[in-house]
Amino acid sequence: MGAEHGHQLHVHGDSPLHRMAAHHKVLLVVGFVLLIVATPAGTFWPYAVHATLLIGAVALSRVPPAYLARRMVVEVPFVVFALWLPFVATGPRMEVAGLSLSEAGLVAAGGLLAKGTLGVLTALLLAATTDVRDLLEGLRRLRMPAALVEIMGFMVRYLDVVGGELRRMRVALLSRGFDPRSPRHWPVLARALGALFVRSYERGERVHLAMVSRGYRPQASRR
Amino acid sequence: MGVPVLEVTSLAYAYPDGNQALFGVDLHVHRGERVALLGPNGAGKSTLVLHLNGILGAAARSGTAAGTVSVSGMPVEPTNLAEIRRRVGIVFQDPDDQLFMPTVRDDVAFGPGNLGLTPAEVEARVHEALEAVGMSEYAGRPPHHLSFGQRRRVAVATVLAMRPEILVLDEPSSNLDPASRRELAEILTALDVTILMVTHDLPYAMQLCERSVVLSGGVIVADGPTRELLSNAPLMATHRLELPFGFDPTRV
Repeated sequence: MGAEHGHQLHVHGDSPLHRMAAHHKVLLVVGFVLLIVATPAGTFWPYAVHATLLIGAVALSRVPPAYLARRMVVEVPFVVFALWLPFVATGPRMEVAGLSLSEAGLVAAGGLLAKGTLGVLTALLLAATTDVRDLLEGLRRLRMPAALVEIMGFMVRYLDVVGGELRRMRVALLSRGFDPRSPRHWPVLARALGALFVRSYERGERVHLAMVSRGYRPQASRR
Repeated sequence: MGVPVLEVTSLAYAYPDGNQALFGVDLHVHRGERVALLGPNGAGKSTLVLHLNGILGAAARSGTAAGTVSVSGMPVEPTNLAEIRRRVGIVFQDPDDQLFMPTVRDDVAFGPGNLGLTPAEVEARVHEALEAVGMSEYAGRPPHHLSFGQRRRVAVATVLAMRPEILVLDEPSSNLDPASRRELAEILTALDVTILMVTHDLPYAMQLCERSVVLSGGVIVADGPTRELLSNAPLMATHRLELPFGFDPTRV
């Protein structure tokens, strides 16, 4: 069984950033990300300002930078796309190390990389300094519809359970000679994922049953 | 004996797909009793349990139902489902189905919260219920960090917090190690509440319940002292009930 404690993005700590109210943090993050996205590509200095602010916040949070760096892997698909842009974009071209690259593409790629990296880092910092429970409570305080907050709560709660089921299915498959790398076995993988979906769906029904048995009425407003 | 806590009369039920699960069940449980509901797989035990709080049956307007269920004199009807669900506390088999809140405290508070109690009353109920299952010190922990046995105990607390008149347990001893199984037995015997326990664990039924009923093929086929039923070899064999190797009910 998995023994990971807490949700995996959260780093325990007691910095001013950890102590800040969750709903303030959410507002700050959303505002900052909007600011980053609205910054035009092609100028350098605004990004330097954003980055300096963000690095200051990371230092303040005392979250290990190496930890954040490892989590940045999530950005890789965007990086690949950004690297692809200078080759495929149209417009005037320039020679860089013997390669013919589009100028517009280079600018767009630079902007995309800068915006993506800053945005992901901001979100990671929020996740690292905020416990999920506080985050949900913060969203509730920001008047996010109760149903959405509840759904997010369920997701957090059952991620581990469904993850555990997936791990057990994988072990059971491997024990019977399943090779995930062989394309011959990919249909099995698809069927296993299908089975996982059905199981999760059925669990959802059982959870609902258990809730109704304790007097839950979805239409009644809670709190 | 007064009004029974649980009174099931000629209860029959067929699922919407036409599959009939219950063929006229009669069952009375009186205050303070601990009754084991035994029966092979597919006997209709779960179907019966879901009728007790109106999840299935006439009150839920699902399938075809006949007969009545009442809890302390109150019939299970669509108009009083909220009160029925307070009176009948069902502990489901998989605690992961029952515990879905971020902390143990929130989970135990869920039922009382649905009853419309004040926050202070809810807090008192949570405290009382966790105390009863010996899990008070875990109130602030997320349920998925607890051991399986601890989660089962919290699941019992989530239902106790509603102060039910009858506690219905579905396979309470399944997947527990022997120590957790014994601890749960100690907790259940210490509770001052009427219990109906669905189980395949016959020694557990004998340890906890003086009386047992056997449900087989959608009807109650036997009802009597647990020791007598378990010692009745022909009855046991007919209804696919088997004692664990080496267990002799006459010598416990």
